[in-house]
Amino acid sequence: MDVLTLSRIQFGATIAFHYIYPPLSIGLGVMLVLMEAAWLRTNKPIYHQMARFWTKVFALTFAIGVATGIVMEFEFGTNWATYSRFVGDVFGSALAAEGIFAFFLESGFLAVLLFGWDKVGRKTHFFSTCMVALGAHFSAVWIVVANSWMQTPVGYHIVGEGMHVRAEVTDFWQVIFNPSMVERLAHTICGAWSAGAFLVVSVSAWYLLKHKHVEFARASLKIGLTVALTASLLQGFTGHISAQGVAKNQPAKLAAFEGLYNTTSNAPLVLLGWVDEKNQRTVGLAMPYALSFLANNDLHKPVTGLNEFKPEDRPPVTASFIFFHGMVGIGFALMGIAALGFLYFRKDKLHERRWLLWILVFSVLGPQLANQLGWFAAEVGRQPWIVYGLMRTPEGLSAVVKANVVLTSLILFTFIYFLLFAVFIYLLNDKIQHGPHADDLIPSGKLALPEKK
Amino acid sequence: MNLDLNTIWFVLVGVLFTGYAMLDGFDLGIGALHLFTKEDAERRMMLNSIGPVWDGNEVWLVTGGGALFAAFPNVYATVFSGFYLALYLLLASLIFRAVAIEFRSKRPERWWRQLWDMSFSVGSILSSLLIGVALGNIAWGVPIDEHGEFAGTFLGLLKPYPLLVGVTTVALFMMHGAIYGVMKTEDKLHDKLRVWAMRSIIFFVICAVTLTMATLLYVPHMAARVRENPWLFSVALLNMLSIANIPREFHKGNDGRAFLSSCGAIITLMALFALNIFPNLVYSLPNPENSLDIYNAASSHKTLGIMLVIAGIGVPVVIAYTVCIYWIFRGKVKVGRHSY
Ligand code: HDD
Ligand code: HEM
Ligand code: HEM
Repeated sequence: MDVLTLSRIQFGATIAFHYIYPPLSIGLGVMLVLMEAAWLRTNKPIYHQMARFWTKVFALTFAIGVATGIVMEFEFGTNWATYSRFVGDVFGSALAAEGIFAFFLESGFLAVLLFGWDKVGRKTHFFSTCMVALGAHFSAVWIVVANSWMQTPVGYHIVGEGMHVRAEVTDFWQVIFNPSMVERLAHTICGAWSAGAFLVVSVSAWYLLKHKHVEFARASLKIGLTVALTASLLQGFTGHISAQGVAKNQPAKLAAFEGLYNTTSNAPLVLLGWVDEKNQRTVGLAMPYALSFLANNDLHKPVTGLNEFKPEDRPPVTASFIFFHGMVGIGFALMGIAALGFLYFRKDKLHERRWLLWILVFSVLGPQLANQLGWFAAEVGRQPWIVYGLMRTPEGLSAVVKANVVLTSLILFTFIYFLLFAVFIYLLNDKIQHGPHADDLIPSGKLALPEKK
Repeated sequence: MNLDLNTIWFVLVGVLFTGYAMLDGFDLGIGALHLFTKEDAERRMMLNSIGPVWDGNEVWLVTGGGALFAAFPNVYATVFSGFYLALYLLLASLIFRAVAIEFRSKRPERWWRQLWDMSFSVGSILSSLLIGVALGNIAWGVPIDEHGEFAGTFLGLLKPYPLLVGVTTVALFMMHGAIYGVMKTEDKLHDKLRVWAMRSIIFFVICAVTLTMATLLYVPHMAARVRENPWLFSVALLNMLSIANIPREFHKGNDGRAFLSSCGAIITLMALFALNIFPNLVYSLPNPENSLDIYNAASSHKTLGIMLVIAGIGVPVVIAYTVCIYWIFRGKVKVGRHSY
């Protein structure tokens, strides 16, 4: 294989692996804040035990998130050196800001969250938990700023020529608030909340099924299902806004998402189907007018098709279509699951509905899959561009890196990541089997003292 | 030397990497010494001495990388694509070091703990060595072509001089880590670490002297720089004083001051290195005219200005809460239920 293919595989694989963990940290961060807040407000020991238990899971996901994140930080330079020179002036600032504003905050207060239980008072501990969660969200902010700029670049001009051509910032705020940033950030963060909430829900449902730690499971479900339902509903809403943005800013991508070849008015939305690339059409179950309406808020307005673009400017259609529809399908399924779970829980009937509990146990995979598919859709749909409309992906490669060298690093890291993943699953399972610790019902150290009024 | 934005960013990137060496340096040193402890309780003590801080310390490297990307994208691109395999080895070592801390005490089995003990220690040693080798290559000079691309090979990076810098870095971090360990531990482990601290001080001093001689003899552009700017001797002198002060304070039992001197040694070493390469970031050998310096490798003025504002807002806040966190976790480590 050539350097380009190998580098793309490596970048896709390493970022996809990294992205298993940050959504969990972001989502669990929110869950921890809610649990600890519930404890501070009600003083019920069960919430303290919950916060302790989930903190340990958080520590595990966080550690692997950090370990795999460092690779990402340097991979732009190693494999995409020409791209790095071209965009460094604009793109580098976001990465640097992520370090200063997000990672320091997160890792600093993490120390208090993990090891400070006996060393600081309740309010200080709660404050630290909030800061860790905030830091995790800031990471998402800056990295999505950087990535959205690659999707919809604005606020720059091109200077230099030949080898030295590059994009330079003209308007920093425009770079930050580029046309797709706000909606993509909102959507990504909902996806992360979903990942955290469904993990809590899944583990709790499993305890209910096994009649273990029942009180703990019910208290966790109360918070978990509420966040899961909220996040999945918001997910659909923010996703819809994102899709409208894609229709406006990256019409070729939207056409690929929907497998739409000819520009069509009254365009139908394909719910389930496949793309017949040879005959340039998409077959399957479709909802008339819906695509026109979703893209333009108008039943009749035309939606741009792929044939408006030169073949070399089109993204891979089948892949984009599958990734996008997979995500959306899972999105609607999650809304349904969360709503059912929430309803039965409110009616206090959830423990009797074993089929639903089993679905809830497996629901944890939903957000993970949808998060991966969503990014794959967004990134593959951006092709053939590395920076949309400005630089093509092959042009961004490192000039001096040879195929066999990339193959070496790819094999090495595939091995390492499989190992990490296996250990992660093993330890996570271990933690879940052990369940919450009885000692954790009683706060110790300074936390045991109630806050003076 | 006029203080323009490019120079300021040269200094700031230097500060970030120096912060990394000073802080994560002791984590890596603890890792390098980890296998010398034999008992499980001692090993847990070692891990927990750095438990709350190692992650924050590593962020200095991450932010340094980000700042390099933003301020000097050409250096970021050339060095990381040029040092490709070495960098991936470094990343692999850092990964094994990091996850080992989290994984090790999660299972009681002997083989499990030994596996991650190995991974922690080897990862730490290899990281220190590779960081040193990279620095050594930058000091020695790196082949750069007329397009600003790296023109060497992976094996070409393993010349004797960079390797010597690598070994010196391992020694330096071992010494730094041992002194940190002495401050954080009690009883038997404390006494053991004291012995290793003395040994690693000797190891480091031998390396440092050899390295200084090698630099003066074999790295002509560095030696010439010192001859042209005699005031550089004052930095070198400060460096030697800091190093000499370490065993002195240590003998008197002032562990804290010994640690500060060790920090001082790292800062002055990095300052010497920076002053010697300035205004270049990557010195090109054999064609010095292709060197990447703070002007031809930099981002636009506008970006450097924006970044300065970001750093101006962010860095003081970061330093403030970092100090608070070190304060909360001051004192000797105890192994408890929440420990590794
Ligand atoms: C739990 C995860 C999850 C779920 C259930 C959904 N999404 Fe999503 N989606 C993401 C997680 C995600 C993501 C990982 O966060 C992406 C990748 C890039 C981005 O900005 O967000 C994304 C991207 C993304 C994009 C592309 C944005 C771009 O290319 O710039 C669109 C149009 C949608 N989503 C729309 C939807 C719709 C209509 C959904 C229906 C319910 C939906 N998503 C469910
Ligand atoms: C975390 C979720 C992400 C996932 C799962 C993801 C996935 C992918 C995949 C699959 C590719 C390969 C696409 C192809 O070559 O056809 C890719 C490419 C790329 N992505 Fe992402 N990405 C993510 C986030 C990001 C972010 C945040 C950035 C920038 C800050 C980014 C920058 C890039 C670059 C530079 C490439 C390489 C060029 C290319 O092949 O297009 N990605 N990504
Ligand atoms: C190519 C793009 C990316 C780069 C360069 C990158 C870089 C990094 C680095 C260096 C770390 C370790 C920080 C530390 O040492 O504490 C990290 C962790 C983290 N990253 Fe990424 N990252 C990328 C993509 C993403 C995306 C898309 C998100 C979320 C939307 C994200 C969110 C996080 C979070 C929350 C952490 C903290 C560790 C954790 O929670 O698991 N990152 N990342």
